[in-house]
Amino acid sequence: MKTGAKILVESLQREGTEIIFGYPGGVVLPIYDELYDSSLRHILVRHEQAAAHAADGYARASGRVGVCLATSGPGACNLVTGIATAYMDSIPIVALTGQVPTNLLGNDAFQESDITGITMPITKHNYLVKKTEDLGRVVKEAFYVAGTGRPGPVLIDIPKDVSTTSIKETPVPDKVVMRGYNPTYTGHKRQIEKALQLIATAERPVIYAGGGVVLSNASGELVRVATELGIPVTTTLMGLGCIPGDHPLNLGMLGMHGTEYANFAITESDLLIAIGVRFDDRVTGKTETFAPHAKIIHIDIDPAEIGKNKRVDVPIVGDVRSVLADMLSLLKKNGVHEAWIRKIKHWKQHHPLKCPDDGRLHPQYIIRQMNELVDGNAVVVSEVGQNQMWTAQHFCFKHPRTWITSGGLGTMGYGFPAAIGATFARPDVPVFDVAGDGSIQMNIQEMGTAAQYNIPVKIVILNNMFLGMVRQWQELFYDRRYSYTELPPVEFVKIANAYGIEGIKVESPEDVMPALKAAMDCNGPFVLDFRIEREENVFPMVPAGAAINEMIGGHPR
Amino acid sequence: MKHTLSVLVEDRAGVLSRVTGLFSRRGFNIESLAVGPCEEPGMSRITIVVVGDDEKVEQIMKQLNKLIDVIKVSDLSDNERVERELALIKVTAEMGTSRLEIMQIAEIFRAQIVDVSPKSLILQVIGETEKIEALEKLLRQYGVKEFVRTGTVGILRGSKIVSGGK
Repeated sequence: MKTGAKILVESLQREGTEIIFGYPGGVVLPIYDELYDSSLRHILVRHEQAAAHAADGYARASGRVGVCLATSGPGACNLVTGIATAYMDSIPIVALTGQVPTNLLGNDAFQESDITGITMPITKHNYLVKKTEDLGRVVKEAFYVAGTGRPGPVLIDIPKDVSTTSIKETPVPDKVVMRGYNPTYTGHKRQIEKALQLIATAERPVIYAGGGVVLSNASGELVRVATELGIPVTTTLMGLGCIPGDHPLNLGMLGMHGTEYANFAITESDLLIAIGVRFDDRVTGKTETFAPHAKIIHIDIDPAEIGKNKRVDVPIVGDVRSVLADMLSLLKKNGVHEAWIRKIKHWKQHHPLKCPDDGRLHPQYIIRQMNELVDGNAVVVSEVGQNQMWTAQHFCFKHPRTWITSGGLGTMGYGFPAAIGATFARPDVPVFDVAGDGSIQMNIQEMGTAAQYNIPVKIVILNNMFLGMVRQWQELFYDRRYSYTELPPVEFVKIANAYGIEGIKVESPEDVMPALKAAMDCNGPFVLDFRIEREENVFPMVPAGAAINEMIGGHPR
Repeated sequence: MKHTLSVLVEDRAGVLSRVTGLFSRRGFNIESLAVGPCEEPGMSRITIVVVGDDEKVEQIMKQLNKLIDVIKVSDLSDNERVERELALIKVTAEMGTSRLEIMQIAEIFRAQIVDVSPKSLILQVIGETEKIEALEKLLRQYGVKEFVRTGTVGILRGSKIVSGGK
């Protein structure tokens, strides 16, 4: 006979779970009691939101399913932002929540909330387990659903009596059979051939690659396709790292804060090869003027993304990696687009990203110094806002899964807990959280977690005493009326010290490198409080609703 | 344009809420909805009538297909089909000529009178939406006290079927 709690823990281990991020409470006591002498590692966060983000950061950095655990009611509700963040970026996590006993369900019992109802629109699927007998199967299905097809979060709600009831365990079948879930992995061969025909006759092709390439571990195939066909590649925010930042065919990021050359290339292209992307509004700007002269090939595992925002000419439903591998095997000859590549080279030369050099402390410089120090061998996590965009623009990502950011939902407060999760996936490289003084204060309590387990996250705060991105919009579009965006100065080093974490405040450019080195030399968490130019903007920028080649803050054309 | 979607789902708690939630959050109005068990044990069939252009309906079908508990989604509107709904109409009918008129109207519409009381009649009518609406409109002059409809159900003509196996 085994209790539900024991079956749960054993099922998690059978799925290969090595670490759980969680926070205990009343109805999960039986589960925590089981964890007490289990070999499954548990990290106690300081807020359940951080547990969800940490599981998400772990999943992004490792490519495996992340797991978080919270109690019912407030605990479960605190996971919501983290689950929504994972949902928007298609990240596989399994969120476990306690629930009031089945006989009290629907009674407004103490700490009861209908978390399966609440998370229905932000999970790939969710379960309320009403019988201990179902638990083993549900855990198996949850991991399968989370990690296959287009990945996403799955929540399992477990009433207290389901955890405590002892049953004679029945073995769970090895293979999951769900008649309503059957993702398509292999692309249609005729469609792939059609795509190759379009590619063969294109003169100005561009690959537009996104998070799907990272999720399907297809960057090797992507780089081969690009190189063999001689096609330049621009990536979305989520796709950074799927082609090395210093690859000659790389155009960097496109869209609202993309490079000028990426946006020019899209606008002039005659063939857009969209891979693992969803034509998000932050990428396309005004959709009618996005790639106006191009035929479009769209490869994605989720058929609902095809044709959602933009009409496409050749849709290919399938796993990006499998489709790209099939393309490579069908390739007859390599491609050359000399005139096009020459044009792009010219744009790259004359429209580079700007990094001001006037002796003052600029954020772009800090990111570039970080990059110089680690040379792509680090996991860089960001918060959301200017800090995120400066990092995306100025750090040269060389490997997939080394750039972790909340792209779809844009969750401030995501970075620090996600970085905590990432350190457990990648103990071999330094992990940075690039933050603003606004974002870091949304989950600053996790300094407690970092200190308790000596988690070596290096927090790089680009401190401008503003909610910088909102201030930038107020400056540009609201007549500099800085409505509620100014933040009073905070001594972050003192806060860190109070948690037992070391830190340095940096105010001038020459101190940047020594401070970064000091952070790297410390074997635990470290806080760097960079006092940057207060009204620095992220440029270039496509104003909301404009065409992506209508950028402000770029070079004269 | 009006589309009739036949959605085969797992017969599980919360399925209806997953399906209808999807419609509301993607900004779709459900014109009518009918749910019930079907030929396969453990499955239910939901018939949903929506109004929208083809592209939007295609998107909502794709989104429905992504729900794990949804086994199959078909747009019946692409095919020859039979569609029916049932309505119960409680109409004011005092003894006298108006009562006779109502009974005549019922006959023309092949509606049945399923309840008789001194001051009212209940008519049961089966047919396509247009027929039911036409009858209700005609009865309005006598005073429709209550009008209850099941929502449309639909089925393909001929031997073609909408079955599981996504």
